Amino acid sequence: MNSEKIIEKFRENFKADVIEVVKKSDKRVVITIRPDAILKVAEYMYKTAGLRFIIASALHTRRGFEIHYHFSKDEIGLVLNIHVILDKENPQIESLSNMFNASNWIEREMHELFGINFLNHPNQEKLISEGNWAEGVYPYRKEFK
Amino acid sequence: MSKQTLIPIGPYHPLQEEPELFKLFCDGEIVKDIKWETGYNHRGIEKLSESKTYEQVFFLVERICGICSTSHPFAFANAVEEIVGCEITDRAKYIRSFIGELERIHSHLLWVGLAGHFLGYNTVFMWAWKYREPILDLFEMITGNRNSYAMFKVGGVRRDIENSKIPVIRKTLSDFKKKNDLLTGAVMDDPVIHARTKGVGILTKQDIIDYAAVGPTARASGVAVDVRKDDPYAAYPLVNWKVITAEAGDVFAKAQVRLLEMYESISIIEQCVSGLEKTKEGDVNVVVKEIPEGYGAGRAEAPRGEVFHFVVSDGSNSPVRHKIRAPSYVNIATFKKACIGQTISDATISLAAVDPCYCCTERLAVAYDQKTGSRIMNGKELIDLSTARTSELKKNISEKK
Repeated sequence: MNSEKIIEKFRENFKADVIEVVKKSDKRVVITIRPDAILKVAEYMYKTAGLRFIIASALHTRRGFEIHYHFSKDEIGLVLNIHVILDKENPQIESLSNMFNASNWIEREMHELFGINFLNHPNQEKLISEGNWAEGVYPYRKEFK
Repeated sequence: MSKQTLIPIGPYHPLQEEPELFKLFCDGEIVKDIKWETGYNHRGIEKLSESKTYEQVFFLVERICGICSTSHPFAFANAVEEIVGCEITDRAKYIRSFIGELERIHSHLLWVGLAGHFLGYNTVFMWAWKYREPILDLFEMITGNRNSYAMFKVGGVRRDIENSKIPVIRKTLSDFKKKNDLLTGAVMDDPVIHARTKGVGILTKQDIIDYAAVGPTARASGVAVDVRKDDPYAAYPLVNWKVITAEAGDVFAKAQVRLLEMYESISIIEQCVSGLEKTKEGDVNVVVKEIPEGYGAGRAEAPRGEVFHFVVSDGSNSPVRHKIRAPSYVNIATFKKACIGQTISDATISLAAVDPCYCCTERLAVAYDQKTGSRIMNGKELIDLSTARTSELKKNISEKK
């Protein structure tokens, strides 16, 4: 299965949830979706399409908080980013950690560094700054003028 | 409910010399649960990177890990070159892969040696580290450093490998190959190592998929994930080699994968050296004037698995966001699967089996009863515990004979 087919199938399955598809090359694709569809999209990626979860990157931009969930289709060397844009004031999204353990730590990290809330996370404690950082201060947030 | 004893290993791991705290909850000698604390050495590198220029970030990310120091610049270069859309010269590709593979050899030797040390098998430790020296000498000759080589830049490499050095490289490699035969034979055929590592710390295929583990940890459980093959970069598509896998998923399989991988690395280096002879000396750079707006995902196969860098550029001379995922981040999490149900002495080698990155100084580990607070155990005692088990097994094996 090549990247074109993966995108095509994805569009078929999630017509209403896809906002934008950017295909940079055969091996790099970014699909922007509505945040409330993340659970079913991730389930499709992980269970049906057989993609490996690499990691997630959180970004703080003028648009709000953004997360790129990086998935890899190792057979064809594809890095597929599932991109969501979250609310500026109250960033929150469903946790993927109940589906696969790989996202457990990174969600905790994003919660602690960016203040993004992961709903239904099994254990949303601090990962790296337990006991030595103030509550409610998120070091990776930016100030926009 | 039975009484559980808390055995903390850390905050500085006494064997792996790494700042992290494992809390082993034990019933008798059996590990029932494990918790992990980290962040003691959090340096905020992702944030620091946002205040550095692209040229400076190479030196910054090189310092994430002291052992696989080239894998981060490798992945970062791949990410930035994806944003720029530039293709580097063949000679630069060969040099990049050469450095990457030489690093794999020295890193795997370091692990094999330490694994021997943890098991109380110091002959393996001394052999592996002795044979690692000529590899580091080779690094010093080529890059000027035994570690942190500062070879990478956007659009190529910082230093060329002069063709006049090729005979020395070939000689060192052929000498090393013979010694590696000895070492591999000693580890693979040793009944004591078999007894200590076979069936210990097993990770199933499903565990690997669930935790998204990478590198030799995944390949030892039959998951053939290797970025060099899957998403080829540098000179890997230009040379012949194969991905080494094993099926058992235990500590022995991990050792086996690493030992056999070194032969593949030697073969790749030899082919890269031949590649150097075919290309023009000094042709190692393409000029990159500016980094345009955009984002790039760079991957590189470090000795421990896939390194992933996600770089977002706004067209200025610093990244606006730089996400880094080191392989240990996903591999360490598998400890929960590998250690529960094992004895404490087996847990030490299972914890070390994924080859977590080593850094910082050796410190004390204290073990105490959760209720009485008595009993203190330091790093040496933990080694003694593991050593005692090996001697006991040795005795049993020699009695059987």
